[in-house]
Amino acid sequence: MTSGLWITLAGMALVTYLARSSFLLLPPGVQTPALLRRALRYVPAAVLTAIWAPELALQSEVLSLSPHNERLLAGAVAIAVAWRYRLTFATIVSGLLALHFFDWLL
Amino acid sequence: MSFQRPIFAEGVRASLPVLLGVVPFGVITGVAMVASGIPPLLAILMSLLVFAGASMVASAQLLASNTPVLLVVLTTLIINLRFMMYSASLRLHFAHAPLRWRLLLGYLTADNVYGLMLQRFSDRPDEPGRLEYFLGAGISIWLVWQIAVLGGVLIGAGVPASWRLEFAAPLAFIAMTVPLLRDRAMTGAALAAGITVIAAHALPLKLSVLAAAAVGIGAGMLLEPKTR
Repeated sequence: MTSGLWITLAGMALVTYLARSSFLLLPPGVQTPALLRRALRYVPAAVLTAIWAPELALQSEVLSLSPHNERLLAGAVAIAVAWRYRLTFATIVSGLLALHFFDWLL
Repeated sequence: MSFQRPIFAEGVRASLPVLLGVVPFGVITGVAMVASGIPPLLAILMSLLVFAGASMVASAQLLASNTPVLLVVLTTLIINLRFMMYSASLRLHFAHAPLRWRLLLGYLTADNVYGLMLQRFSDRPDEPGRLEYFLGAGISIWLVWQIAVLGGVLIGAGVPASWRLEFAAPLAFIAMTVPLLRDRAMTGAALAAGITVIAAHALPLKLSVLAAAAVGIGAGMLLEPKTR
């Protein structure tokens, strides 16, 4: 288990550093392909959404779009707060408070 | 070129409001890693070497369910692929900086540092002091993040499950996603990715995230205005 963890850690560190520094380490003269740059533009919105959407919409691995899903309701509150105020702290706090509120209500 | 300390300080100041979000996210990342069975020392090392909260939370969940090493690393790569986009964009500013600085800038790149850099310099790409500003914001965020993770690792199992603090992780990602949705193409990319990840959630091994990334990128490119 532990040796597996060390290999995992090394692998994670390597791929993350390579992704981060990739284009920064190319020699100054090299042009980055326009198509690649266009595609990369959408990576953050797509990947970040792919991380949080299941946490809101799935309940024990089953799609739950009902008003009895308190995480979905709390997520909606957080999205509204993020949209209006664009503050990470306010988004996290309002989302957690909303989660407890809907949990208590339902 | 001499180091412009006032601009470094400006970067530090600009990072202060962002730190309010960095702290809770860092703490829950530390808590999540320890809760999933990663030894505290390894969790701290991971925070120093990987320094990418989203992928650390995701891999902690995967490790807890005995996922093969290769798959945890692949998931990390997919989640952190967005850093590649940041590095392509930052290249406009730093392609001519000395290599040793670029090695450091790569390490310090994070969502919010990139965001601050964009706000400050996207209209003025030729203004001097970009390196100092990035270092000011980046080092300040890095330091506070590491302390927050350390705090989370030390608190560890001490947080009552009834607080449901684990929900702070998706909330932090929502806070990063929403400001990106400025146009139709970007919103379409996020929606398509969200629908795909849920439709494909039964796929083994987190392949749903990979599928969602591909569909999201495709949707965004299709919805781009066709000028030029």
